[in-house]
Amino acid sequence: MGMTVVERILARATGQHEVKAGDVLEPGIDLAMSHENAALVINQFNEVYKGTGLKPQVWDPSKIAIIFDHRVPAESSKTATNQKRIRDFVAHEGITKFHDIRADVGGICHQILPEYGYVRPGYVVVGTDSHTTTHGALGAFSFGIGATEMASVWALGIALNIEVPKTIKIIVNGEFKKNVTPKDLILHIIGRLSAQGANFKVIEFHGDTIRNMPVSGRLVLCNMSVEAGATSGIVPADLETVRYLREEAGVDEDITLIAPDKDAEYDSIIEVDASKLVPQVACPHTVDNVKEVMSLNETKINQVVIGSCTNGRLDDIESAAKIMKNKKIAKGVRMLVFPASWRIYKEALKMGYIADLVNSGAVVMNPGCGCCLGVHQGALGDGEVALSTTNRNFKGRMGNPQGEVYLCSPVVAASSALTGIITDPSKGVN
Amino acid sequence: MSKVILKLGDDISTDAIYPGRYMATVLPSETPQYAFADNSEFNSKARNRVFATGSIIVAGNNFGCGSSREQAASTLKGYEFHVIAKGFARIFLQNAINLGLKCIVCPDIDASEGDVLELVGNTIHNKTNGKKFETVPLPKSRQSIIDAGGLVAYTKMRLMGREPLNSAVNPGMIE
Repeated sequence: MGMTVVERILARATGQHEVKAGDVLEPGIDLAMSHENAALVINQFNEVYKGTGLKPQVWDPSKIAIIFDHRVPAESSKTATNQKRIRDFVAHEGITKFHDIRADVGGICHQILPEYGYVRPGYVVVGTDSHTTTHGALGAFSFGIGATEMASVWALGIALNIEVPKTIKIIVNGEFKKNVTPKDLILHIIGRLSAQGANFKVIEFHGDTIRNMPVSGRLVLCNMSVEAGATSGIVPADLETVRYLREEAGVDEDITLIAPDKDAEYDSIIEVDASKLVPQVACPHTVDNVKEVMSLNETKINQVVIGSCTNGRLDDIESAAKIMKNKKIAKGVRMLVFPASWRIYKEALKMGYIADLVNSGAVVMNPGCGCCLGVHQGALGDGEVALSTTNRNFKGRMGNPQGEVYLCSPVVAASSALTGIITDPSKGVN
Repeated sequence: MSKVILKLGDDISTDAIYPGRYMATVLPSETPQYAFADNSEFNSKARNRVFATGSIIVAGNNFGCGSSREQAASTLKGYEFHVIAKGFARIFLQNAINLGLKCIVCPDIDASEGDVLELVGNTIHNKTNGKKFETVPLPKSRQSIIDAGGLVAYTKMRLMGREPLNSAVNPGMIE
């Protein structure tokens, strides 16, 4: 019987000829990622070793990546002390894939992993972050786990008792209309599936829209797959994956492309006509509360956010800069831009995008998660409305339960920043 | 027998259970103070130890959706609350099992705040409205972690080379 991509990856990772959905196995881990929550992982890791008489030691420091991004620079002495503890642990264990608060190596974890070539097609990747699903864009089986689960990975080097998930196949064909982006596609899919429609399953993306989509767009689709409840999203590796890895991530080694078998069995098959899509907006307070942008009449906004592991990439910044060049942000509106990595920031500087954004009134911030999770760098006041290219709009997500968050693409965000209301880009300021 | 202290709907996110701004606090001994922090009435009652251990939170589908933050599980475990939901999100359920937070999947649960519930075998009896509901077992693959008393204990055993009982990984093994 044929296997899906994830089934093939897990068969390979456990040295088996064939696996099927429902099998329970324990694959070796190729890459384990944590950010500031490594502080809790370290605590649980030490708890695991207590009383065993063994010396705490990670199974393979070369397979662990630690990135500071959620609270950079530290918003409190408590966080700074957590970061210090992690820094000491990294040095002690000899973890070299460490990205501190520095402009020569820093960024958001889900941009650093692809950018630095840490992910390969066929890898099993885990991360203490639910958006670890992002790396399925490079053909890896990549999923989020909790801190104690990660402590067991650090100790044993394997993922314990993994049940092979079923796979939903989504086939996307057709060319995007003007102003429609991968963010609109995934918002549409989440709206269709619902916040739990893909629970415990993997989404495998197919179709010519996907084949023609650069890795930067595939990262968006896989990043937000978790918002439909998916264990992960995955785009079978192809020539575009190879191009990205060779040209943008500087990968020199052999790359193995893993495709699903022709007779693979899927839980369900969904088809999407991309040519019919229009810009989408996820409305408060769930990600599956998706509406077409043109149906939102006169929704005033106070804070626009462009950035995050979802939409902080160079093409996102480029599309915003092109819309806002020589124009001014609407009165009373503030806009924050968080490039997803310092490499992207420096490229955007070179291309003049940062100048265009700053001249329009946008506040360009340091790469990091910023206000996405309501910690710092852009709180909302009572009754305020944010329009954001981030990935969650739960009540209180951006720090204030009396605030409202709408999610959209960078094109909608930039167009709306100029008008002060949620705007259909085709009707925007010209 | 325990009382329902909180009744929630579908898609309760880990942001609601444990807001992001408190995530610098990581230790399981410190996280309980921020349980449902944006629900100030519930949070202050919890912190003032108004609720007995074993008190029940009833929720709809997809409880614990969103972020993988383990604090969402440890904050509830700190009070030994039990969560009965129509369905759970994957990462939250895994974190709950890992920490020994009691979670029960009950797709048809019908209970209001103040109701008294009793778990008898695989059935929940709502003593207040007289109804009974069947529970769904937790994933079999995680049973050995539950039996060991949580993931820290289970990992210790694996580290020391001891094969735990009822290992779901070797289906051919005789139990």
